[in-house]
Amino acid sequence: MTAHIVIIGAGQAGVQTAEALRAGGFAGAITLLGDEPHGPYHRPPLSKAWLAGDIGAEQLVMRAPEALARKNIALRTHTQVNAIDRAARQVKLADGSALSYSGLVLATGSTPRRLPLPGGDAKGVLALRSRMDASAIAERMAMCIEQQLPVVVIGGGFIGLEVAATARKKGLRVTVLEAAPRLLGRVLAPLLSDWYAQLHRSHGVNLVLGAQITALEADRQGTVSGVRMADGTLHPAALVVVGIGVSANEQLARDAGLACERGIVVDACGRTSDPVIVAAGDCAARRLPDGSLLRLESVQNAIEQGKSVAAALLGQERPFTATPWFWSDQYDKKLQMAGLSGGADQWAVRGDMDSGSFSVYHLRAGQLLAVDSVNASRDHLQARKLLDAGVSPTPAQVGDAAFDLGTLLLK
Amino acid sequence: MANITYIEASGQATTLKLADGWSLMQGATANGVDGILGECGGSCACATCHCYVDEARLADLPPASDNELAMLDNVAAERRPGSRLACQIKASAALDGLIIHLPDMQE
Ligand SMILES: Cc1cc2nc3c(=O)[nH]c(=O)nc-3n(C[C@H](O)[C@H](O)[C@H](O)COP(=O)(O)OP(=O)(O)OC[C@H]3O[C@@H](n4cnc5c(N)ncnc54)[C@H](O)[C@@H]3O)c2cc1C
Ligand code: FES
Repeated sequence: MTAHIVIIGAGQAGVQTAEALRAGGFAGAITLLGDEPHGPYHRPPLSKAWLAGDIGAEQLVMRAPEALARKNIALRTHTQVNAIDRAARQVKLADGSALSYSGLVLATGSTPRRLPLPGGDAKGVLALRSRMDASAIAERMAMCIEQQLPVVVIGGGFIGLEVAATARKKGLRVTVLEAAPRLLGRVLAPLLSDWYAQLHRSHGVNLVLGAQITALEADRQGTVSGVRMADGTLHPAALVVVGIGVSANEQLARDAGLACERGIVVDACGRTSDPVIVAAGDCAARRLPDGSLLRLESVQNAIEQGKSVAAALLGQERPFTATPWFWSDQYDKKLQMAGLSGGADQWAVRGDMDSGSFSVYHLRAGQLLAVDSVNASRDHLQARKLLDAGVSPTPAQVGDAAFDLGTLLLK
Repeated sequence: MANITYIEASGQATTLKLADGWSLMQGATANGVDGILGECGGSCACATCHCYVDEARLADLPPASDNELAMLDNVAAERRPGSRLACQIKASAALDGLIIHLPDMQE
């Protein structure tokens, strides 16, 4: 059979893989299949600049179809893959046709978790993943602005908080309900969680931590009217945005018998348990040397894994070893995170938290694990270099603004 | 509307007609100009849209924000006087005919 690489999912990881295959010299056919009506677009602005109305829909475009065509990458939108036949090396499409592959890339992304509560499917209860989701939220927000109706965000993670910040910017009344005792508890150090809670409160968000929601209430038309709490309180809402995390789109892989565990299990190069199938991006859970699994949901992860799986399909080793990074825009604050802070036992702050420009350095046994910077891009980019090089400053050096951490890199 | 010419490190030149409000990064990535990555989609968070603006025309551009300057401090390729982040420059008639050179690496 002639070489034909099929990529399922025309998002960040899928596009990166296709382009990296071409850049790596692959001359066979490449087909990029996406079930959405849109060609590849950027998701991060959906909860930020786009929702705020600062950029138009056309500015979300990641790659125009013509640009892909010039690289001889066949993009098919509106095309859903229903099954993988590994024995026949074919994918089955929703229209009943089949496509043969010599190499297969799973770049299927993730899906927002649904609220497992009564009323969780009422009209006006929305999650944010796709352009269509974002349009639905924008439409209801416009109605809320016009009729001065309140908005509730369920979940104090990045997406929920970005939506809350954008909604406040538009003048909406916003309540954020977070079940945990602090915001972004899984990713931020406690002192940063507290700082973010203060940030949102100072912008007028009604923030409820340790929130126990019992049900969503709807009017006679089945449209959401409020969120009921365990203590009986009702938070009225004409729009409820649910941001309680995502799960990997692994069903296709699971049905095909590939190893899956909180995602499609892959090695450092993105290889699955089938030698001609690789997986990249939100859907992939990477097995680390200590045996644990790491599934990241970030643009950089999708890009890096896309490059790794393209290399793997070309018979090369390109493990993903770069320092993970992520960013989030809320109000006029840009959070930039480098590294993974889990397991830290010591924190040091550079800059002044009250001034709104600072970085938190996470260490474990004296080793730098991660740096979270707020409006401190210099620290962030430098942190990526320190982490890539395995160089750790001492807490005293971090705290001394006059000490240039860059000098540690020169040694 | 502005005609912008991108010259990649390889010498490959591409001229694009950008509508007002489009960033130079957006125009390049949407059209597949390889020398600009634009990983953060224009959020001024990744520094992979570094470009060198023709110095004679720097004055036609709005000045860089503090955040952009901080990012430029750590770009992958050499920083020069004409260094800017392409996502922070929006097309307008004032930029018509602008030539930007792209570095040989972005990350
Ligand atoms: C609102 C929002 C804000 C974000 N903000 C940030 C941020 O600030 N910084 C950051 O680093 N990351 C951010 N992210 C996360 C980032 O966008 C994702 O991690 C990244 O898009 C993952 O890329 P991917 O290719 O794995 O998945 P996706 O980009 O989701 O692409 C997967 C594609 O596959 C399609 N698909 C799935 N199954 C099938 C099938 N069976 N057949 C055909 N097609 C299929 C899906 O419809 C989708 O189009 C944000 C995400 C969202 C939703
Ligand atoms: S696109 Fe990321 S900084 Fe310009």
